[in-house]
Amino acid sequence: MSLPYVLSQLQNAFPVGLTKIVEWRGELAVTVPRERLHEVAQFLHDDPAMDFDYIVHVSSVDWPDDDERFEVVYEFYSIKKRQRIRLKTRTPESDCIVDSLTDLWKGADFMEREVYDMMGIRFRNHPDLRRILMPDDYTEGYPLRKDFPLRGKGWRDTFEFLDETAR
Amino acid sequence: MAFEDQRTTVYKVDPAHPESETLPTLRTEELLLNMGPQHPSTHGVLKVILELEGERLVKSTPVLGFLHRGVEKLAEDGTYHQFIPHTDRLDYVCAMYNNFAYCRAVEKLMNITVPDRAEYLRTIVAEVQRIIGHQFWLGTQALDIGAMTVFFYCFRDREILLDWFDELCGARLTTSWYRIGGVERDFTASLLDKLRQFLDYFPPKIDEYIVFLEKNRIWVARTKGVAVISAEDAVSFGLSGPTLRGSGVDYDLRKAEPYSAYPKCEFSVPLGKNGDTYDRYWIRVQELYESVKIIRQCLDQIQDGPIMADVPSVTMPPKERVFTNLESMIQHFKLFSQGFDAPPGEIYCGTEAHKGELGFYIVSVGGGKPYRLKIRAPSFIHMGAFDYMSRGYMIADAITLFGTYDIVMGECDR
Repeated sequence: MSLPYVLSQLQNAFPVGLTKIVEWRGELAVTVPRERLHEVAQFLHDDPAMDFDYIVHVSSVDWPDDDERFEVVYEFYSIKKRQRIRLKTRTPESDCIVDSLTDLWKGADFMEREVYDMMGIRFRNHPDLRRILMPDDYTEGYPLRKDFPLRGKGWRDTFEFLDETAR
Repeated sequence: MAFEDQRTTVYKVDPAHPESETLPTLRTEELLLNMGPQHPSTHGVLKVILELEGERLVKSTPVLGFLHRGVEKLAEDGTYHQFIPHTDRLDYVCAMYNNFAYCRAVEKLMNITVPDRAEYLRTIVAEVQRIIGHQFWLGTQALDIGAMTVFFYCFRDREILLDWFDELCGARLTTSWYRIGGVERDFTASLLDKLRQFLDYFPPKIDEYIVFLEKNRIWVARTKGVAVISAEDAVSFGLSGPTLRGSGVDYDLRKAEPYSAYPKCEFSVPLGKNGDTYDRYWIRVQELYESVKIIRQCLDQIQDGPIMADVPSVTMPPKERVFTNLESMIQHFKLFSQGFDAPPGEIYCGTEAHKGELGFYIVSVGGGKPYRLKIRAPSFIHMGAFDYMSRGYMIADAITLFGTYDIVMGECDR
């Protein structure tokens, strides 16, 4: 199975659904509107010609200047056909939610929780959407957003400077 | 007459049959037990909340993040070169493989071809690191479930290799020997000599480890048929490395997407049948033999040549030239103050570390720093299957489960 074959199959199945297709460094990245994310993912997972049975990672990218600020990135692999594909979708900040793919790949559970924890993107129909790396009661925001300062915010600034110089 | 403890006994009265008052039923309820974060077998700081029915696990909830240091956020603030030492601290048991995986990802982004000799050096050191990783796993996993002797034997041999690393790059654990486009320094004659000696010394020692474990009936009873996962579920959870191959799934990136000098070496990928802890142990031990085989072949095939790709805009100049040559010093200065200009785009590059597929997803918008860097950490993804795999086993098997994945929390929490 080759990249052009995967792409042509996808285009046949979704003649209007794919908003952006990028092929770079031998990798295929397909962007879909978030309403169709689950549908396209299901096709990739279930269709015998595709058979993307392995979930590699779920990631997210913050583009603060764009209308649809957040990008959710799924990477799939087909163990039988030795092929990778990247599926991406965008979501605006005001309605920051996409469909969860936990019903297709069980491993998506933890990976989507991490995306929620780090970027604040919620997943519809996720069985257990809680923070995972940060504490449950963390209220300072989502650390990987571009507007989150590198040094963190909140309690560090409340420390008083101790003057330990010799008098 | 049997003794009845009033605290654990409730009397159920059926209104239709008041005489049933005389028949006590044992009150049962689920017990919550916190394992960790300071349990010695959790390999770092991991907490798991176990829901128990008697001694059986009904549900377990891993609580991660005790070692979260925000490495992905730190990556966005430094240049590509500056991130290499951070990767050491991900899986601190196997720093070399993290360096390797990261450098490969950046090389893919920059489209750099690494010279032949450097590829062989990288493969040799990566396989030495795999041996160290598996020795560490073998020792600690057996120690956790009560087989102590093999731990000492594994660590004795691991020390030899750590000293070898020390001579190679000046550090035993946080190595940072790989560089984008090549490696930091070449092998010396003494290093080659020591490595050859080790290759002769080591295979009989593996047989020794096997005897210690497989003749130990308790250890065998605690690993056979424990933490079983079917091939289908293992794939669906995204498990990788020996944890996946234990279920019989043939997925090894060294074969599936050959990189470095692996395509030039002959080696086999051992596969399990039952998907239990014992099969994963067997795979790791077989991989020790395979690693020795790969290193031998690399040592035979390696030729003289450069150890760093010649792409002045990206790769570092040799250190001795930095001190004697003006242009090299300027190059060095520019690389470390501004970084190199990466093309806009995004790549994912996975590498078969000894734990599983260690991948880096890098998004670049140009400039010297990654816009977003995501680490696909096998330990984290393996913990996602913990609850599913633990159900129905005894509390003591939770320890085997930690061991079976070969988790290191530095990598899991990043």
